[in-house]
Amino acid sequence: MSAGTVTTLPPNQPEHENLVEERLVAWFFVAALVYMAVSFLGGLLMALQLVRWNPLQGSEWLSPGRWRMIHTNAIAYGFLANAFLGALHWAVPRLTLRPVLSRALSYFIFVAWQVVVLSTAAGILMGQAQGIEWGETPVWIDPLALAGLLLVAINFMAPIIKAEGPLYVTLWYFMAAFVWTFLTYAMGNFLPEYFVPGTSGGAIAGLFIHDLVGLFVTPLGWGLMYYFVPILLQKPIWSHGLSLVGFWGLAFFYPLNGIHHFLYTPIPMFLQYGAVIATIAVELVVTTVIINFFGTIWGSGKAVVNNLPIRWFYTGMVLYFITCFQCALQVTLTFQALIHFTDWVVGHAHLVMFGVFTMWLMGIMTYLFPRLLRRPWYSYTLCEWHYWLSTAGIVSMFIDLTLAGVFQGYAWASLQPWDVSVELSEPFWIFRIFAGLTIIAGQLCFAWNLLMTWLGKTSDEPATSAATNAWGTA
Amino acid sequence: MFESKSGVLLIGGLIFFVFAFLSNAVVPMLMYQELPEQPTAALVNENLMYQFQDLSLRYPDQFSEHFGEATQENCVEALDLGREIYIGEGCWHCHSQFVRPVSNEADRWGPVAATPEYQNELQRPVMFGTRRVGPDLSREGGRRGNDWHAVHFYEPTSVSWKSPMPNYPWLFDGSPDKPNKRGLALITYVQWLGSWLDSYPLYEDYVPLEEQMDNPLAQ
Ligand code: HEC
Repeated sequence: MSAGTVTTLPPNQPEHENLVEERLVAWFFVAALVYMAVSFLGGLLMALQLVRWNPLQGSEWLSPGRWRMIHTNAIAYGFLANAFLGALHWAVPRLTLRPVLSRALSYFIFVAWQVVVLSTAAGILMGQAQGIEWGETPVWIDPLALAGLLLVAINFMAPIIKAEGPLYVTLWYFMAAFVWTFLTYAMGNFLPEYFVPGTSGGAIAGLFIHDLVGLFVTPLGWGLMYYFVPILLQKPIWSHGLSLVGFWGLAFFYPLNGIHHFLYTPIPMFLQYGAVIATIAVELVVTTVIINFFGTIWGSGKAVVNNLPIRWFYTGMVLYFITCFQCALQVTLTFQALIHFTDWVVGHAHLVMFGVFTMWLMGIMTYLFPRLLRRPWYSYTLCEWHYWLSTAGIVSMFIDLTLAGVFQGYAWASLQPWDVSVELSEPFWIFRIFAGLTIIAGQLCFAWNLLMTWLGKTSDEPATSAATNAWGTA
Repeated sequence: MFESKSGVLLIGGLIFFVFAFLSNAVVPMLMYQELPEQPTAALVNENLMYQFQDLSLRYPDQFSEHFGEATQENCVEALDLGREIYIGEGCWHCHSQFVRPVSNEADRWGPVAATPEYQNELQRPVMFGTRRVGPDLSREGGRRGNDWHAVHFYEPTSVSWKSPMPNYPWLFDGSPDKPNKRGLALITYVQWLGSWLDSYPLYEDYVPLEEQMDNPLAQ
């Protein structure tokens, strides 16, 4: 079916109240923000450790090595998963005009998922981590997490399967993501742990790291962008054809990239070359998606100024493009020789996780909270601070870590004693602490603003903002 | 097909995923079929036993309490536990375990990593690592003495002035000369790394154990 097909809506459109369980959406968002705070504390602890400013040395429960794993896991399974689940509970019923399979199941999923995340944290703190990056979830939790993912898929697939007429892009991404996330989690957490040792196990771990970003986070993120951007701009997506290219390009090329995380390992060289080429192909696909979204906003550019959620979305997209452009360069073996294992990669990871997906989710939350709470934001100035501190923080952290990586790479290659590379990293690591604190300050603005809004407080901000903040009035 | 539910679910969701898995994971598995996974027991070698005995002589009380005799069997137990701690403490997020053929790494650490080195139980999941805040450890065995490791784990800055590596006092009973079971196991694991290589030890010559224990000051 082509984009031109006009579908008539069912005569009796269901009421929003019968579709969306708003309270649950808010709960998911709040849970996400709590885990984000935990993750930031872990990141901060490790950042302080690196420059030996860690005031909490010597306690087993506060070991920076363990908290470094809390840092990444709390973001992936605590923040991102919860925030996505919240947004899905809003978007899927409204797109399909059908509620999820069961609200009771939704609540059960909410509770079950928090159990999964909290026991992951407890297990890691007790030193039971599993030796797979992004899969440190202790082995005894893996089956539970997998069951949870299955329930999520069932709960959302029910309305999608029943939906009639052509499916909108967003739903392609969501459907595929439900299948992919389940498969990826099972592959990455079970095969290298129980069945496949060594080099081939490393290849699977590479697939897992990559698919988790590419087949869980990315499709949910883009699916939500395809949903929220046209709504906020009040016009359809620019090209249906390009969204087809984007989706199928991602589906085909993304899973083929995994081994690029382990270049120059004993994994057979021809597989490494394959992963490098597939990665460069993904960059081309990404470009089509970016063109599509900039085609969409063409002519409404002012929205970036006075529509804050749109600004979050498009900032994330610009950073996404930078990330992916960077991918295409750093994946080459020439670059890898220099920057692999350095802070360059850490900078890249932060740019993707915070600069792109967190930005998008923050835009969505900024847009949805006034609707969920049925009142405008307590302070639109604080909303702006949230945006600017987050953006300034992540961009400066990215530049800082990228530079650090280049210095480290050359220090190692020049065969200087190891300590030299540590010492020259120090100014970068100190700067990184402050960049991180800037990000944290931004989120504190958001948290305070949310709390005040929730409590129904009003600020004495001038009312002039009303026109520019039309997005914020439900 | 490209916009239908079955197309998205079957082709995009399933077939492409399986295709990537076959080409990127099953291919290397088939290639290394003739290199079966070695159990930990097969990994204990002379070099490692030397270090394990050294531990039993240096820390006789702790060692006999936790491991009894320095036998091959107990060494296997120590290796398995040591690997668990290496994973649980997140050492692998700061240390890699593979030497690349580029960036002069072979000059710094020794022979470039090869697949047979990784076909064993202690490399499931494989500890390639992801970031080098500290140096690669895949050729660490024999590079330092057990006492150096003990002091270093207790408080890295006491032997490496500006080390950002965290302290691990919970691997000890109060002082660096009293490693507990976990401490002894972790040291054993670190001494295992690279002990299988012909080039071992790359850094120093062996000093026979008796000679080492022969304290010149005591005479
Ligand atoms: C914050 C990152 C970090 C963590 C976590 C970490 N290390 Fe280190 N490690 C370093 C750095 C940096 C050095 C180099 C400076 C020094 O010798 O302390 C180092 C050095 C070492 C050395 C000495 C290498 C040599 O011969 O010069 C060993 C052995 C070692 N670490 C083992 C471990 C083990 C085992 C763990 C887990 C219990 C661990 N490290 C956790 C950063 C880390």
